[in-house]
Formats: sequence, C-alpha cells, structure tokens
Amino acid sequence: MTPPAEGQTPTPPDVPAPQLSGEPQRRKRGVPEGLWLRCDACGATVFRKQVEQGLWLCPECGHHFYAPAAARIQQLLDTDSFEEWFADLAPCDPLGFADKRPYRDRLKEEQRKTGLTDACVVGRGYLRGRPLVFGLTDTAFIMGSMGSVVGEKLTRAIERATESRLPLVIISGSGGGARMHEGIFSLMQMGKVSAALARFHESGGLFISVLTNPTMGGVAASFASLGDIVIAEPKALIGFAGPRVVKSTIKMPLPPGFQTSEFLMAHGFVDRIIARPDLRPEISRLIDYCVR
Amino acid sequence: MSKLIPLPFERPIVDLESQLEQLEQQLGRSPQLTDAVRQMRVELQRLTREVYENLRPWEVVSVARHTNRPQALDYVELIFDEFVELHGDRAFGDDRAILTGFAQLDDQKVLFVGQHKGRNLDERITHNYGMAHPEGYRKALMKMQLAAKYQLPIVCFIDTAGAFPGIGAEERGQAYQIAYNLREMSRVRTPIVCVVIGEGGSGGALGIGIGDHVAVLQYAYYSVISPEGCAGILWKHPKFADKAAEALRFTAPDLLKFGVIDEVVPEPLGGAHRDHRRMAITLKGTLLHALKQLKSLPLDELLNRRYDKFRRIGQFEEQHATTAESSAAS
Ligand SMILES: [Zn+2]
Repeated sequence: MTPPAEGQTPTPPDVPAPQLSGEPQRRKRGVPEGLWLRCDACGATVFRKQVEQGLWLCPECGHHFYAPAAARIQQLLDTDSFEEWFADLAPCDPLGFADKRPYRDRLKEEQRKTGLTDACVVGRGYLRGRPLVFGLTDTAFIMGSMGSVVGEKLTRAIERATESRLPLVIISGSGGGARMHEGIFSLMQMGKVSAALARFHESGGLFISVLTNPTMGGVAASFASLGDIVIAEPKALIGFAGPRVVKSTIKMPLPPGFQTSEFLMAHGFVDRIIARPDLRPEISRLIDYCVR
Repeated sequence: MSKLIPLPFERPIVDLESQLEQLEQQLGRSPQLTDAVRQMRVELQRLTREVYENLRPWEVVSVARHTNRPQALDYVELIFDEFVELHGDRAFGDDRAILTGFAQLDDQKVLFVGQHKGRNLDERITHNYGMAHPEGYRKALMKMQLAAKYQLPIVCFIDTAGAFPGIGAEERGQAYQIAYNLREMSRVRTPIVCVVIGEGGSGGALGIGIGDHVAVLQYAYYSVISPEGCAGILWKHPKFADKAAEALRFTAPDLLKFGVIDEVVPEPLGGAHRDHRRMAITLKGTLLHALKQLKSLPLDELLNRRYDKFRRIGQFEEQHATTAESSAAS
C-alpha cells in the first residue's frame, strides 16, 4: 500500500460512471455538477462534455484525465461486446476494520460514489473482432486498491482465460496498491493473482498489461507488472513506493520525471507508451503478432 | 538474561528480575534456596506469562523489532551445521539485505534464504536494515531455481520492514521484481518453507514468501502495511500507529485464525529475545517437521497444493443464484 502521490491525486470521479455491477447509479454527494474541468497539466479550463466525449483527454494539451470503468470499456472494446463476469462478488469486512470511520461505511460510500461494487471489473469482450478476457481496476474506488474482491475477480478471469485460451488485457489504475482495510487478505491477493498468471503464462496465454495513472504499490508489484507486453499511458505515475515515502526515506529531492511512464520505459520496464486514442488499434496489432 | 534493553511493558518483569538477582547474590553459592527465592521465581514466571499473554498488537510490533531479537544470521549459527553462502544476482550486484546459500540442516541439505536486518550499526548499514533492493529479490529467486534444479528444499526467513523505497530501487524495478518473484515462486519445483521471524513487511516480505508451509513466530507480525504507514494515511499521523496496529489484525494468532498462515511457532517465555537458543531449537523442530511432510508429496501435488493455498485466501460475498457466470471458474 502506498500513500497518495503528492500532487498526483487522480482526478476525483465527480462524474457518474455508466452503470456496472448492478449498483444503482448515483451522483457523489457534495460535488457540484460543473460544466467545466480544470486540466492539471496545462491549467486550461475545459468543457466537461468535450473531455468526456474525447476519451477523457484535455482538448488543449492531450493530458490524460482519469477515465471511469465504463468509459474505458466503451473506448477499448467493440460496441456492446462486453459481458461482465462475477458481477455479484461484493466486498465484506473481514477484519472489522475501522479507522476514523468503519470500512463498511466507506465501502457503501465508495459504491454510491462510483456505481461500482468494488474497484475491479472483469469479463469477456471483443477488440476489433478479437475475443479476449478483459479486466480493469478503477482508481476511483478506494484508490483502485486490491482487496479480496479485486484479487478474486482477477484470479477467476485469469483462470477462465487459461481455460478458454483467450488473450488477457488488464488496465490498471491503482494508487492504493494492496488495500489496507482488508489487511493480510489484501497482501495475499498479490500472491494469488500472480500464481494464476504463472499458470496462464505456462499455458502460453498472452497477457497485455496496460498501466494508467496511477499504478502503485501492491498492484504494481503483482499482476500489473507481469504482462508479456507492458503498455503505459503517457505521464502516468507508476512505481512501488509512493514518491512521498521515497522522498522522506532518502531525504533528497526526487529527480524530474521520477516514476513516470517515460521513466519506466527508459529503465526497461515498459514496452510501449501509447496515448489513449491509440490503445485500441495498438493492442489489436500486438495481439495479432502473438495470437493466431 | 544480561543487558536486555527492556520494552516499556517489560519494566515490571525487569524490576523483579533484578530483585531476584540481588537476593540470589545475597545467598551466595548456597545450594539450598530459600522459600523467598523460590516464590520470587514462581512469581517472575507468572508475571512474564501474564504480561506476554496480554500484549497489545502495537507491543507485539515492538517485540518483533526488539534489538536483541534473534535474526537470520543468529539462526544460521544456531540451527544449521554449515552455511555456504552464494552471492549475487548475476545482473546488478550482491544485495546484503537478503542472504542466500546452501545449508546443512541435520542430515538434510537445503537452500537458505533470509532477510537480515543487522545486529549492530555496522551490520545494519551493510545489510541496509533488511530492506532489499530488486537485486536482492532477483538473487533470492535465482538461488531458489538453482535449488529446485537439484531438488534441495528451500527455507525462507522473513524479517523486513519492507522492500527499500529508494530511487535506485525504483529505477531497477522494485515492483516488477517482487511481482516476478511472486509468479515464479508459485512454481518453483521443490518444497518451500517460509517463516516470518520478526517483521513481515508487506510486499517486501511476500517477495520471498510464497511457500508450501508458512509459519509465523508467536510475536512476529505479517502485514499489508506498517502500522506507522497505515496510521499516516488513514489517521493522518504516524503517532496513531498503535490504533492502526490494533485495526490491521496482523498478529500471529489472528493470521492463523484467518487461515492465512499454517502455523504459529511458540516463543520462549517472554519472547525470543530472552532465549535465542531455545527459540532456535523450537524453530528447527518446525522446519524439520514441515520439510518431512512436504518432501513426502509428489512434486505436481506439492505445486497444486501451493496454488490452492493462496487461491483460497480472500473473503467476499457472492449471490450465486442470480448470475449464470458465478460458479464456473472457481
Ligand atoms: Zn490540458
């Protein structure tokens, strides 16, 4: 688990996500329904509708805003081709965890806020006619952190991909890594998902991992890093320890561009940096090189 | 029990110990013990047991981090007859935070992998306080794969606050290397016994923690995040670490209850730091017993069991009735 990165908090999901996982769709309380968004990168005030229709990119500078789960699915997969799996898996509270508020309350609020039951959606879909198993983590839900539901959904999806010999694409967005509120259960999901990927790998399956802003901690240190091909969206924050933790440990300023997609590619941990509008054609092209 | 730095809650124990010592000195070498001494010894035992039976999670953490707590190299000396260290990851360097090598355990040859924090300042600097870089995890995995090639079982001792959070660690792929270890350890074809001997700090612990038998010492802990880190995020200040320690439920008995670990290894009365030798004897027994069981299994079954062991972990709700999908792949 990593603390949120300084100045890198994902754009708050103050736009209702299209309905997934059967939860009634509601708007987050207290967040105004602004017509305008401010771009973190160029500072421009941009028309929300335009951002939304343009793959959640800044029309001025191309900055990649946070994109909710349903928008991701819509962008990447063929229209209406997505069939969600295991939608009835819901989180519980194995530790009886409470910080300043009970985890159960937090879950309810996150569910209401995002329209998701937990931070993960998996299923089957088609990408330019190519069948695949698809998963994503949505950073709006408790920082996209991995607890039991995320671990279980991904593991089941990977197992199905192994059985059905389908390629696997997972889009990661997780500033939270392994979810603190489920303690040791969350840590062990890292092992569980990675072991499932070992079997998938042995069976010859193709796994394309797409890293988006942010992908940190226990998510980066498990499935997200294990793609046969690792793709990152531009300028995403990706790493193991949060920048704030690193800074306080080494007591030195961090080098510019530290833990960005570009930094990771320069150090050999990302195959390609691909802007959001190109993900669809690029992934289908990559699949065609590997899958007959 | 000389020169232990007492933990705050150990104060009454230490006071009684010094009283007892004084009394014994007064009696000299006299073979007969007075009733007073005998009673005081009984009382000391009772008090120590009482204190240690009622440790709060945050106090357990302080025992797990105790400067006199036996560490990997202590156990190497006390448990194994020989240790042939193997250095280096063949890619970057030799991370001293994780030590690897062949070791002789009675009549068995094994591969030992252990995180070592350091028992004095020099050692702590050399071993980077037990916080490994990617090359440490890479070294550990390479030696494990070597062990599998020659059917040597593997013993992993986990004792780390976490993988090192630094610039070099990030540049060299800390996240990737831990992920890769998780994936590959799940299919290393030889028995693996993992023991958390002190701190089981998050991904840095799990990076050498995918095994067939996972044990945790009685006053060790194994957690998704350090109590200070958790407090800093959720309570907005590390000073609430005791509250976080409470909430995270990471002590050995809780982990066993959750079905996440296989065994709690009992520590000597008053903690491992009070009696290294006795702790080592118990721990050696644990290793011998676990290895005997695991070595009797065919390798394919061993690996299936390892998979299932982690596969089962997780708690969630599910309504089977409503969806056709939910039953198929579990
Ligand atoms: Zn912009």
